[in-house]
Amino acid sequence: MTDVGRHPKIKLHTMSEVIAVEGYVGNFNVSILKRARYVDEKDCTACGDCAKACPVVRPDEFNVGLSTRKAIFTPFPQSVPSAYVVNINECLGHNPSVCAKCMDACEKGCINFHMSDEEIKERVGSIVVATGLEPYDPTELDEYGYTRFENVLTSLEFERLINAGGPTKGELIRSTDRRRPKSIGFIQCVGSRSVRKGGNYCSNVCCMNTIKSTLVLKEHYPDVNIKVFYIDIRAFGKGFEDLYMRSRRSGVNYLRGLPGTVEELPDRSLRVAVENTASGVLEFHDLDMLVLAIGIKPAKSAQKIREMLGLQLTPDGFFLEAHPKLQPVDAATRGVFYAGCAEGPKDIKESVTQASAAAARSIRLMHKGEIITEPITSVVIPGQCKSCGICAEVCPYNAITVDVKKKMPALINSAACAGCGTCAAECTFDAIIMNHFTDDQIICQIDTLLEDKAQEKVLVFACNWCSYAGADYAGVSRLQYPASVNIIRTMCSGRVDKKFIWHAFLKGAPVVLVSGCHIGDCHYIDANHWTQKRVQKLQKRMEKLGIKPDRLQLEWISAAEGVRFAGVMNKMEKIRQEVSSQEIADTIKLLNRRKKQALSSD
Amino acid sequence: MEENVAENISMSPGQVVRIGVYVCHCGLNISRTINCEYVAETASALDGVVVSKDIAYACSEPGQQEIKEDILEHGLDRIVVASCSPRLHEPTFRQMIQSVGLNPFLLEMANLREQCSWVHMNEPDAATQKAVTQVKMAVSRARMLWSLAGERVPLTKRTLVIGGGIAGIQASLDLADNGYEVILVEKKPSIGGTMAQLDKTFPTMDCSI
Repeated sequence: MTDVGRHPKIKLHTMSEVIAVEGYVGNFNVSILKRARYVDEKDCTACGDCAKACPVVRPDEFNVGLSTRKAIFTPFPQSVPSAYVVNINECLGHNPSVCAKCMDACEKGCINFHMSDEEIKERVGSIVVATGLEPYDPTELDEYGYTRFENVLTSLEFERLINAGGPTKGELIRSTDRRRPKSIGFIQCVGSRSVRKGGNYCSNVCCMNTIKSTLVLKEHYPDVNIKVFYIDIRAFGKGFEDLYMRSRRSGVNYLRGLPGTVEELPDRSLRVAVENTASGVLEFHDLDMLVLAIGIKPAKSAQKIREMLGLQLTPDGFFLEAHPKLQPVDAATRGVFYAGCAEGPKDIKESVTQASAAAARSIRLMHKGEIITEPITSVVIPGQCKSCGICAEVCPYNAITVDVKKKMPALINSAACAGCGTCAAECTFDAIIMNHFTDDQIICQIDTLLEDKAQEKVLVFACNWCSYAGADYAGVSRLQYPASVNIIRTMCSGRVDKKFIWHAFLKGAPVVLVSGCHIGDCHYIDANHWTQKRVQKLQKRMEKLGIKPDRLQLEWISAAEGVRFAGVMNKMEKIRQEVSSQEIADTIKLLNRRKKQALSSD
Repeated sequence: MEENVAENISMSPGQVVRIGVYVCHCGLNISRTINCEYVAETASALDGVVVSKDIAYACSEPGQQEIKEDILEHGLDRIVVASCSPRLHEPTFRQMIQSVGLNPFLLEMANLREQCSWVHMNEPDAATQKAVTQVKMAVSRARMLWSLAGERVPLTKRTLVIGGGIAGIQASLDLADNGYEVILVEKKPSIGGTMAQLDKTFPTMDCSI
């Protein structure tokens, strides 16, 4: 940790949060909000005189509330940077006449209440997302009595209690009577592997954390009686099984079964009722202390980061990697990498391994000092452009400029264009070519699909980042859906021109589905808003023309929603079956008749 | 893809094309459900298709070698690989055709595995028919493809690391020790994250800090 503080190549911003990210791989512009510390980081020697003088006493977050700190404090002795910090909301007032005892106590004059929050701008080529975890809050699991009984602790509280740097200097005591507990129980899978409460996934670290704790306890207090209540012990890593066996050999009692209830006894001990699933007997165990092995939840900040960088999350709330086996640390957004629990629950060794991998991937991208841009961008045909300005309006990246007054044709900044194709879809004059997803390229796919037995086909437009990936995920999960489904890939659902849809109906398509990322999850900021508007407008138009609007569907399917993808496909097949040959023939006739007007005026 | 340079053979739309189609078995992943020989045979009759074959593993070294030799021998200028998802192997096959002088954007893939054989496992006939359609669509699209080339732009050799827990610390140190500048952003007053709160950690059983 201290290496980070000392490293000449690392600029550390603590008390800071990323508030905006613009740009693209190779050149991201990042805005960081750095909150005021009110203590000079460089001059503070962490002598602690200020804290001695401070009259405000508050629970210490680092010791999860098991001890106290002052309003001016250092989070823990080895903090980096090694400087005190003022919690300005707790401070009695930075007007010196109110308190300012700390300022008087600080000989070096490091405390400065005139500091203010600042916004820092940085330019970077790549981004490593290592936003970590949130420990599971067991309040909702009331049967374990965490909020009711003081001697029920979380595993994190227990860690602080046996830590030499913790509130009791490593002396294990019960907070109710300050006596050393003679018997301790551990309950596993608290907030993990449950469909009811917490996460339904395994949190990966809790088994080994408990096993370690039992060994530490046995080392310090050989006579302590330890019971571990578990579903099954997952000791899958290198050396893990050995540690588990050592724990069992040292006399720790492992009982298969999770307690149903916990009651408090008059001496504040706890009575645990559990069905021992190995023997099938309902057992009662009286224990002086109970530790809940809490699971790992994704960090709350993940949502904000996801929005800023256009990333995807799995249903669990952890970040979704570009490929689960071949690109496990890459995000689908180029230039963004994951490390640690941000991507999924993992232990220290795994986090370190993944972090090194993320660094290596990042270096692989940057070492040449230049980057080749993705050529899938849009191009204007100046002769056809009428300078209406719609393309500039819909571009999520402000990559298009049009001088509407001077009637100058649109100009596209290809470096800023990310290639969603919304401009090409919205251009009424066909003046924009979307490279690699041109009108002709997509129309010929539609033609080929529908040239034979059109009535038996479901045409699905799927965006590369979410819905197409969701379809892949359905495949990987071997979820079966009707073979009538045929997918045309576009980079973004925003690319799906209304012309494609009319063309499909003209060629006899019974049903067309446009699918993309959920609103708010669009890989191209908000291009899918235009998809939504366009599809809704088309459905209204269809209704007016006497075409059943149900034949055009819009669905948001994320990359992690394989089950949803298969479900939607089953629904599409049902809709298809309800469309009669007569209806299709009528539509073809109608559209042929109105072809010119329909294509130019709708 | 990283090496996409403009001097590759350039193609403009409407030109006479020479397409090679490769239907991959992917071991049994595709061929257990889809009749790959039949799909390749059907594709051979399509406009512009010069070579059409089924192939055991298109992505394997011998598979790629075979395609590359065909490109050179038959003067192929567009390649359709009907195999797994382009999200998996599009970079692989783009690199492959680029190594024999074709522009990487003259590749088209038909997703026969994730979006056909694996999702229609109980309907081999329907799956084979769908695979034929998929390959036909890919071939018709391939006819319309043209060369594309990215631009070289300067890059900022600096990395933003969001989060100063053990993962953020390790990533920052690795990058910095390799000579790259790092901006490490941590919302709390100190780095260390959850790890710093832990007592002795396995397997060394020493302090976590």
